[in-house]
Amino acid sequence: MRAELAALISGTLFGAGLAIGGMTDPVRVRGFLDVFGAWDPTLAFVMGAALLVMAIAWRFVPRIGTPLLAENFHLPQKSDLTRKLIGGAALFGIGWGVAGLCPGPGIAALVIDFNAAAIFAASMIAGMAIVRLVEKASG
Amino acid sequence: MTLPGFPDAAPLAGLAGGALIGIAAAIMLLGLGRIAGISGIAAKAVGLGGSGITRAAAWMFVLGLPLGALVVAAASGGIEARFAGPLPLIVAGLLVGIGTRLGSGCTSGHGVCGVSRLSARSLVATGTFMLTGIATVAVMNALGWEVL
Repeated sequence: MRAELAALISGTLFGAGLAIGGMTDPVRVRGFLDVFGAWDPTLAFVMGAALLVMAIAWRFVPRIGTPLLAENFHLPQKSDLTRKLIGGAALFGIGWGVAGLCPGPGIAALVIDFNAAAIFAASMIAGMAIVRLVEKASG
Repeated sequence: MTLPGFPDAAPLAGLAGGALIGIAAAIMLLGLGRIAGISGIAAKAVGLGGSGITRAAAWMFVLGLPLGALVVAAASGGIEARFAGPLPLIVAGLLVGIGTRLGSGCTSGHGVCGVSRLSARSLVATGTFMLTGIATVAVMNALGWEVL
């Protein structure tokens, strides 16, 4: 119950941060990717501040040993670098560039333009389902 | 405050928003012991993979995202944003869904959580999606395909 509450608080802070930082506006996100045109560096400031806070947070992981609200840490591999991962990241970047939305802003934007965000989010879930089906079919 | 040379940039709002995002990700890390990777959490919520937290916690996080944006909209009198039309949104959504599952993460999981941990795979993934994102916008601009 406390873990669920913490997740709600985290998601809410994340959504608020995206909105305050302008990241729920595809114009700003595509403006950051438009390095050969009218470049808008705002996203770099968002990333920079988030990275700084998280770099500090990582230092507490070995010190606390176990998370405050869970049995243990579930952290991804750091070095498991595959062609699949790079190909996936490349496809994600293309999609990010096409509409200026990644998963977080796409979901947060449901309260800004419900129709647009719902079309994006539903397509994103469909894409995830396609991967799931193909991976199941190929064992 | 504006940035010299970049009249449209919002550096202070960006820093403030980024700090909140960092705090949010730190709560997931130190509280739940998990990366705040939104693609993975969203996949977990709808039953398409992901791990580490319960499905209920995944839904709480996902519901928080629009809730947080709503609070900002209410406090600031609205959020400025312009979105692409249905076709580019569908194409983009499919690519983002497929790409984040194959690539094990997105801007939050790799870009914020992985890079701040100096994870090799996240550094490569982030560099890759930044490059293809930049290339996509450049190609679309060259072709005169305006989506926003």
